Amino acid sequence: MLRDITLGQYYQTESVIHRLDPRVKLSGTVIFIISLFLFDNFWGYLCAAALLGIVIGLSHVPFKFMIKGMRSIMILLMFTVIFNLFLTPGEVVVSFWKLQITKEGIFMALQMIVRLSMLIIGSSIMTLTTTPNNLTDGMEKGMRPLTWIRVPVHEIAMMMSIALRFIPILMEETDKIMKAQIARGADFESGNIFKKAKAMVPLLVPLFISAFRRANDLAMAMEARCYRGGEGRTKMKPLIYKKRDVLAYLVLFTYLAGSITVGRILF
Amino acid sequence: MGIIKTDNLVFEYIRRDEDGNVEGINRAVDEVTLDIKQGDFIAVLGHNGSGKSTLAKHMNAILCPTEGTIWVDGRDTQEESELWNIRQTAGMVFQNPDNQIIGQVVEEDVGFGPENMGIPTAEIWERVNESLRAVGMYEFRKYSPNKLSGGQKQRVSIAGVLAMHPKCIVLDEPTAMLDPNGRKEVVRAVRALNDVENVTVILITHYMEEIIHADRVFVMDEGRIAMEGTPREIFSQVEKLKELRLDAPQATLLAYELQRRGIALPNGILSRDELVDEIRKYQNAHK
Repeated sequence: MLRDITLGQYYQTESVIHRLDPRVKLSGTVIFIISLFLFDNFWGYLCAAALLGIVIGLSHVPFKFMIKGMRSIMILLMFTVIFNLFLTPGEVVVSFWKLQITKEGIFMALQMIVRLSMLIIGSSIMTLTTTPNNLTDGMEKGMRPLTWIRVPVHEIAMMMSIALRFIPILMEETDKIMKAQIARGADFESGNIFKKAKAMVPLLVPLFISAFRRANDLAMAMEARCYRGGEGRTKMKPLIYKKRDVLAYLVLFTYLAGSITVGRILF
Repeated sequence: MGIIKTDNLVFEYIRRDEDGNVEGINRAVDEVTLDIKQGDFIAVLGHNGSGKSTLAKHMNAILCPTEGTIWVDGRDTQEESELWNIRQTAGMVFQNPDNQIIGQVVEEDVGFGPENMGIPTAEIWERVNESLRAVGMYEFRKYSPNKLSGGQKQRVSIAGVLAMHPKCIVLDEPTAMLDPNGRKEVVRAVRALNDVENVTVILITHYMEEIIHADRVFVMDEGRIAMEGTPREIFSQVEKLKELRLDAPQATLLAYELQRRGIALPNGILSRDELVDEIRKYQNAHK
């Protein structure tokens, strides 16, 4: 019953975007998100939309997969729109009872919709075109400068990739324990939310114990294979920038520079 | 000196109560002295709690002896500076295949050991491909370990150790969690390593069928080495094995029972074919 959960949302296909270095995609996403919040005029959003459109086209991922991510933020989106619409002071357009919609409010609400939806689509392109594995690799290498301020970058990346490796195993285990407890008369289905939560206890306790045991075993196995942290470690699949990555960086910086200046020049 | 040599090796587990006071001491390994030659296939037998796993963990410097010394390829495991060399020399495969695979793709897991050793990228790939071929898992190199059977996972683990180019592989009950087919797969892979690559194999097990091909067998009981010899020598002493709560292979047991009923068969029959041959000989002689 827990088998169908897919990990991440990687969409397997062949495209330029898929082959890009994960570091490019990570920094690209960050730059894109920052740029969205820097704009204060229509031209900036047009630039962003153009870039997004090109990337979507290049990625060969069906558009409906990107929209999927939108569903999760629907409520958030509605809240921001409502608050912005009614609570922004300014020139009143419509007013009824105690509420009033202002011109600035409409503008802000529209801006929020555009910002948030582009943000979600932009970041889901990254997760759709990069395997979780690649992503952790990219983070490890891309964030290496942070080791200067003593952020354990390698350790964090290692923990993430181990977590990813063990999620399916622990899922399976949960399934097994669940069946074992059901066979002994445990009831996970009926009752209200509190009763259901309480019913999870006999599931979680054995799961935690076994997770710790596994962690212990794994640590021993890693040590037996000479693991001693990130120092002096080489990579089997090192990340090396290729021509297309440099090109992508160029595109990114032109986008950033262009989108900021274009509005300033025109107005 | 052989690849692994121990001298009066003792290891004690200290049980403590909640306040840290010593409650009791378990002597898991008790004055074990042995010497293993490079290139041998060694089997270590023993029922649960006989100390065989504890002994195995000493060979990889995961545990350090309480008393006595163990040398791996001439290096004392107590010496901190030699730790990583020792772990490189003596690889270790554990019981649970799920808990020792680190990578999310088969080839990445096999590359984990060489990565830790700081091998250059091109050579890592060479080693990974060659080790995967050695255990017959090359076609699965792009698979997720979660999609493999137990026997396949265990072969990946063996390849992972092999990629570190060890002189010696210690397998701590690698087949305990597998089905009969998986067991056969793993034992076949291990034997091939020993025959073809001349890697010293130390196989810890409680399945009798797996030790038939060993060059030498150690039987452990209560932390001591209770018996030592070739498989044939060990299995010709069925009574003693029973005393140690171990079973002989079925063919050996049947031969033993037949002997007791007065049929003159030689001692230490190991396989079914051998038994059939001997019974034929007996029949022909008594026609």
